[in-house]
Amino acid sequence: MAPEEEIAAEEVRVEEAVAKDGIAISVRNLKNSFGDQLVHDGLNLEVRKGEIIGVVGGSGTGKSVLMRSIIGLQTPDEGEIHVFGESMVGRLDDEALAVRKRWGVLFQGGALFSTLTVAENVEVPIREYYPNIRPQLRDEIAAYKIRMTGLPAEAGPKYPSELSGGMKKRAGLARALALDPDLLFLDEPTAGLDPIGAAAFDEQTRKLQQTLGLTVFLITHDLDTLYSICDRVAVLADKKVTAVGTIDELLATDHPWIQEYFNGPRGRAATAAVSRQKDKRR
Amino acid sequence: MDQTSALMNKAADLSQEVRDGRTIIRLSGNLSIACLNDFPDRLDAIEGPVAAIDLSQVDHMDTIGAWVLHRTMQRLDCGITGDRCDAERLLATVGQAGDPVNIRPDRVAPLQRVVGQIGEAVVNSFTTLMGLVGFFGGTLVATWNVIRHPGRFRINAVVQRFEVVGVSALGIIGLMSFLIGIVIAQQGSVQLRQFGMEMLTINLVGRLTFRELGVLMTAIMVAGRSGSAFAAQLGTMKLTEEVDAMRTIGVSPMEALVLPRTLAVVVMMPLLGFYASVMAVIGGGFLCAISLDIPPITFIQRLREVVPITDLWVGLIKAPVFGIIIALSGCFQGMQVEGNAEEVGLRTTAAVVQAIFLVIVIDAFFAVFFTWVGWN
Repeated sequence: MAPEEEIAAEEVRVEEAVAKDGIAISVRNLKNSFGDQLVHDGLNLEVRKGEIIGVVGGSGTGKSVLMRSIIGLQTPDEGEIHVFGESMVGRLDDEALAVRKRWGVLFQGGALFSTLTVAENVEVPIREYYPNIRPQLRDEIAAYKIRMTGLPAEAGPKYPSELSGGMKKRAGLARALALDPDLLFLDEPTAGLDPIGAAAFDEQTRKLQQTLGLTVFLITHDLDTLYSICDRVAVLADKKVTAVGTIDELLATDHPWIQEYFNGPRGRAATAAVSRQKDKRR
Repeated sequence: MDQTSALMNKAADLSQEVRDGRTIIRLSGNLSIACLNDFPDRLDAIEGPVAAIDLSQVDHMDTIGAWVLHRTMQRLDCGITGDRCDAERLLATVGQAGDPVNIRPDRVAPLQRVVGQIGEAVVNSFTTLMGLVGFFGGTLVATWNVIRHPGRFRINAVVQRFEVVGVSALGIIGLMSFLIGIVIAQQGSVQLRQFGMEMLTINLVGRLTFRELGVLMTAIMVAGRSGSAFAAQLGTMKLTEEVDAMRTIGVSPMEALVLPRTLAVVVMMPLLGFYASVMAVIGGGFLCAISLDIPPITFIQRLREVVPITDLWVGLIKAPVFGIIIALSGCFQGMQVEGNAEEVGLRTTAAVVQAIFLVIVIDAFFAVFFTWVGWN
């Protein structure tokens, strides 16, 4: 097949996979190591389409490494990774573009391009993948994306160094959403935000997920985030995903780390907060 | 969103029809960014009045399609038909986010910008110069404090800097000076041969290197090696709040960080400068032996006759002054770092540029001064 035909065929395959209900990401037998240190050994995970999956685990259990493996920034030692049915292992940066167009990634620090304004940052993916979109429409798209993520209009022409931590995260989210992705990766979106800002960010994520029908892969340490917006939670421990399920299902397991995590003082506080909120709604 | 509809890569399309004297635009296909192509332009080309936009044949829509639709609805002042609650939800979402946002900072008129930049540069250079003088004062105060309380002198830090600044620079400075000696001798001999005075090449190499080039080139190399390193080290320490932590513990950053570095460079510069001059002379002698057939013994004898001892003093007096300038520029710029990592890079560059510039300015003053005292 000619390269163009291959790309077209890949796009069709991905379109079909996106349209079909089912699995967005599947990771099988993943093995990752740095030198002697084994981070993942036989890790399996399936992310269903349209859900918000929270990934938790102690420091150094390889949450970010898992995300980096899925989005192709880290080549695993062994294992298979499929996103929308396309294999992602060993694909170069300019390959599997059909899949890359369909995901957005928010890195921990926002990872905004420092020489561009916030609005220009949002325009980068559009400019890169769809150069035929006219500049005026592109500006308008960037504008509504910025407003959609809850940034004030004044943030558009600002440079990343002029933004606060929370605004950087929102700007990063706006860039991640630039192409209307089907899959969104969030790496500790609420870390370093004040509780009010964090709650607002959670709310925004949930709202966007519902409006746009997103699948969200969310790495977090924030118990409140887990309780308030995650459909399922995957627990990373012992170099693999030890358990996946709703929080109630996880609480039923007797893994010591899970018990300590959810039943520790902070876990109990988050549970209490959630039940208080439910009472209020009644 | 109609997830079950099969293959959704049908391009967005539109058709116009007139029903009961009312224009209706019928949209079809996939209104998402990948399938838009020239659809926005075609939609923009439609002139009103339009009664409604029919969405019943649209397979799929994303927010970008919704935005294109939203702006058209606003422009033509019309509504939608086709009973699509997913489309209405998206339209509501983008409609709420519809306020205009500036993409780039407002542009300033070119003349105003140029004048503003010149003014800013002038003010900046003045404040930097003042800051550097203030920093020099601070270093002197710290030195005085250490002299009064010799127990606070950080001998280990200084000795460690000796190695980093001096010993590990020997290789590169030696090689550089050797090559410069060769270049001077070669270029000089070509010119002097025209007068039949190739022997004067020895004067040229000896006097030029001991008086000027040995120390000057060393200063440039040390500014590039150590001045930049100082700026980067202190800048990073400022960013990670190590400097603030030091202050709160009661350690003066001036005494702990700046003084050892400055002292190391001040002590090392004359040694490195002398070493560089010797290496340059060796390089010159090497070339004389090879291409001018002047035997090394003759070269050395002649060198002793034509190079006055004052040339050596000139070089050795200048070296520590250059050292102070390099160390202070590096440390000063490093301590000015604030904000983000980008600043470290900018300040490091500024430190090297500032150091080399000031070294050459001071060198010119020295040249006039030594002529005035009769050491020529």
